[in-house]
Amino acid sequence: MKNPQRSPTNPGSLRSRFTQVFLQSLLRIRKHNPTSSSSSSHGEFLKRCRRVKVAAYVSMARAVGTRRAWSRATLWRARNGERQRNLLYGRCSKSNSRERSLGKRKRKKKKKKKRDNEEHSFGHAKKLQKLVPGGEAMDFCCLLDETAHYIKCLITQVKVMRSIADFYSL
Amino acid sequence: MSSRRSRQSSSSRISDDQITDLVSKLRQHLPEIRDRRRSDKVPASKVLQETCNHIKNLHQEVDNLSERLSQLLSTIDPDSPEAAIIRSLI
Repeated sequence: MKNPQRSPTNPGSLRSRFTQVFLQSLLRIRKHNPTSSSSSSHGEFLKRCRRVKVAAYVSMARAVGTRRAWSRATLWRARNGERQRNLLYGRCSKSNSRERSLGKRKRKKKKKKKRDNEEHSFGHAKKLQKLVPGGEAMDFCCLLDETAHYIKCLITQVKVMRSIADFYSL
Repeated sequence: MSSRRSRQSSSSRISDDQITDLVSKLRQHLPEIRDRRRSDKVPASKVLQETCNHIKNLHQEVDNLSERLSQLLSTIDPDSPEAAIIRSLI
């Protein structure tokens, strides 16, 4: 996979949009949480960590916009002020369409049949639903499609965050 | 009975072809499976499993990087960094 570090790429690309939004969020966090490194308590540090983490996910969702279900779910949760942990890990405690989309299947150990491949997939798809924001409301096809895009964006997010951290570590 | 099938998604039964297409699309993003030679024989369940693991790893990396960034936050100079960073990253 190419990694164009210095060559100019599309200024409207996902990577640059995310970078801009995330940097703005970081500066905002810094402004609202002005602490010197030694005197801040551990609790304050954890709070800031969590804010940075949430800012990263929300920034990526904003860079993607509303054209993807997972980004819509992330933005919706951020706006509705659910607990930050649910936002991060896509857990939705009382989701209406929780299991309806993939059918209520108990995890049974079945013999290898023709349908087994599909039902194995559904078993793992449940786990995947919990990992992808908004996954509970998706059917199997949408889930796979959204997952592919979500992974691509997560990879970009990690790369940019790492670049920023490396930049400031120097 | 066919009651299980009736509880699937509201549209008609998802075809195996559709699943295969989407699964192969997912496979592109998974480095472990992409490198395997006999990529045609990887079952969908394996791909989903690897996908879940991959997402969990990425979440973990985001956690670690957030921690690192919040430590470095105090060193960020608010005046000049934005333009410089964006230029160097993009």
